[in-house]
Amino acid sequence: MNKINSIRKDWSLIETLIAEDRKILDIGCGDGGLMEQLENNRNAITHGIELNRGLAANAIARGFNVVHGNAELDLSQYSNNSFDYVILSQTLQAMMKPKDILSELLRIGSKAIVSFPNFGHWKIRLQLLISGRMPVTESLPYTWYDTPNIHFFTIKDFLNLCNEMNIVIEKSIGLTSKGKQFDINESVTGVNFFTHEAIFLLSYKNFEPIKIKSSKKVFAKNSVIAN
Amino acid sequence: MKTKFTTDTKLESEIAYFENINLKLESGDIIDSFKLAFKTYGKLNADKTNAILVCHALTGDQYVTGNNPITGREGWWSRMVGPNKPIDTNKFFVICSNVLGGCAGSTGPKELQNGSDVAYGGNFPSITIKDMVKAQSLLIESLNIEKLFSVIGGSMGAMQALQWAIDFPDKILNIIHIAGALKHSAQNIAFHEVGRQAIMSDPIWKNGKYFENNEVPERGLSVARMIAHITYLSENAMHRKFGRKLQSRDIISFGFDADFQVESYLRYQGKSFVERFDANSYLYLTRAMDYFDHDETFRKNIDFSHNPNNHLKYLIVSFTSDWLFPTIESKMIVNQLNSLSREVSFLEIDTDKGHDSFLLEEPQLDDVIKGFLTNNFAKIDE
Repeated sequence: MNKINSIRKDWSLIETLIAEDRKILDIGCGDGGLMEQLENNRNAITHGIELNRGLAANAIARGFNVVHGNAELDLSQYSNNSFDYVILSQTLQAMMKPKDILSELLRIGSKAIVSFPNFGHWKIRLQLLISGRMPVTESLPYTWYDTPNIHFFTIKDFLNLCNEMNIVIEKSIGLTSKGKQFDINESVTGVNFFTHEAIFLLSYKNFEPIKIKSSKKVFAKNSVIAN
Repeated sequence: MKTKFTTDTKLESEIAYFENINLKLESGDIIDSFKLAFKTYGKLNADKTNAILVCHALTGDQYVTGNNPITGREGWWSRMVGPNKPIDTNKFFVICSNVLGGCAGSTGPKELQNGSDVAYGGNFPSITIKDMVKAQSLLIESLNIEKLFSVIGGSMGAMQALQWAIDFPDKILNIIHIAGALKHSAQNIAFHEVGRQAIMSDPIWKNGKYFENNEVPERGLSVARMIAHITYLSENAMHRKFGRKLQSRDIISFGFDADFQVESYLRYQGKSFVERFDANSYLYLTRAMDYFDHDETFRKNIDFSHNPNNHLKYLIVSFTSDWLFPTIESKMIVNQLNSLSREVSFLEIDTDKGHDSFLLEEPQLDDVIKGFLTNNFAKIDE
């Protein structure tokens, strides 16, 4: 089968973080673009959640397993460790309780992939400093009174939260506004300045999940407990 | 199993006779022989992979599309099923049978009791959704179809689709479950009970033996239909359609005529229903819905089924204004399937048309059904 080229730069980076034949939950999956890419290029089994009714309908009509729902309310229905990866792309800043969502991601998935726009980028800092008003940029194009993004944070903030929550950053990729790619771990100061968009592969520290490994018949053990 | 097939020209239906089959019902009763009236549309392909079973709702029948000879009107899902329609009969072989206990040619209260010249009436055994599905599975088997590509239904049809997933997962690949629930709620049972009481308190009903004098408990049955019809709509839809508009008059009559259009409409619905539906069947089928309850058992049934069901795909659809089978009921199914990591899709469609939305013009429903079937069929065809 021919490989699908990503429509979005962050999707192709997300793909590089994912091994073959894995089970994936894409939160905020839109019309299934990333799911299609991962099914096709990584032979993944994909599930998605999408809040927008029209996008969810399109994804279902394209044959994907998509639940029309709200991640902040509906993640609790998934069993522990029922996915290899849970992806939250460009959505954490729009969540009511980002910390709760992060811990949910790593409860449901062995690993989580989180991407977000960096509020510490120099252009944003400069705008706030000079104009004294909330910044409006290409990656954060909304005015303060009409934005889905209700929690602004920088890479530094995110790293601190991960540390506090005992989350291990397995890999991290930064993108400059020109699409140049680099590793975030090297020196946090400069990185926080130039990263336009950040992508993290996360897992739990010192946590060996009890995993009943199989792509299809999952969680016999969990089910017994739940029943 | 030897099944005899005939064609009933008056009913324009195929009839399958299951003789001396001793069908054991959930109640423990046994029907030794029974028949199912059914219609098929489209062509079964050589590999027999394109068969879809459509399950009808409470007062539906086998006439999904094309002419319905009983009413003289179009089939109940003509807008959904047919050539180039969302359930495309150029591509799929669609089967629909009148449920066991129904009154459009399948064995039910109005049919003659085996080996006698008297109709069953109130002697018909109590049947359940599980029994209907068991009978359907025998029909599918006798048509030599090993696996259905899909089982699709709304309302009582959704109950049957869910029952297929529980009882015969090995014989299906996916279900499309529209405006249904894991259980019939207390409120729904209450409405059904009012309908049944209307029928049973009609003096003509006579313990279900009205047919002996060639009579029909018209008053009771039409009132039952009127009540039920209200539950299929929504307040907004009723307001949009009728408001307080008067019927064929400019001023109110200060009497009990059908002053309002909504009254006239309900009376018409009641009257036309009596012409096509059997009162006893209505009692039995509403009861079957009342008895439907997988609230406590669904998760276990799916998780520990002796039949493998991991391959099943589920499409669950609800409607925002459906207060008879509200979205929360559909979400309970979705939650349980997700907790078991099953392949489930769910959509709540925004509409003010109430429970009946699945029968009406809803482009998003069409798109989702068409896409779900086409794309999942392409996957098995690869």
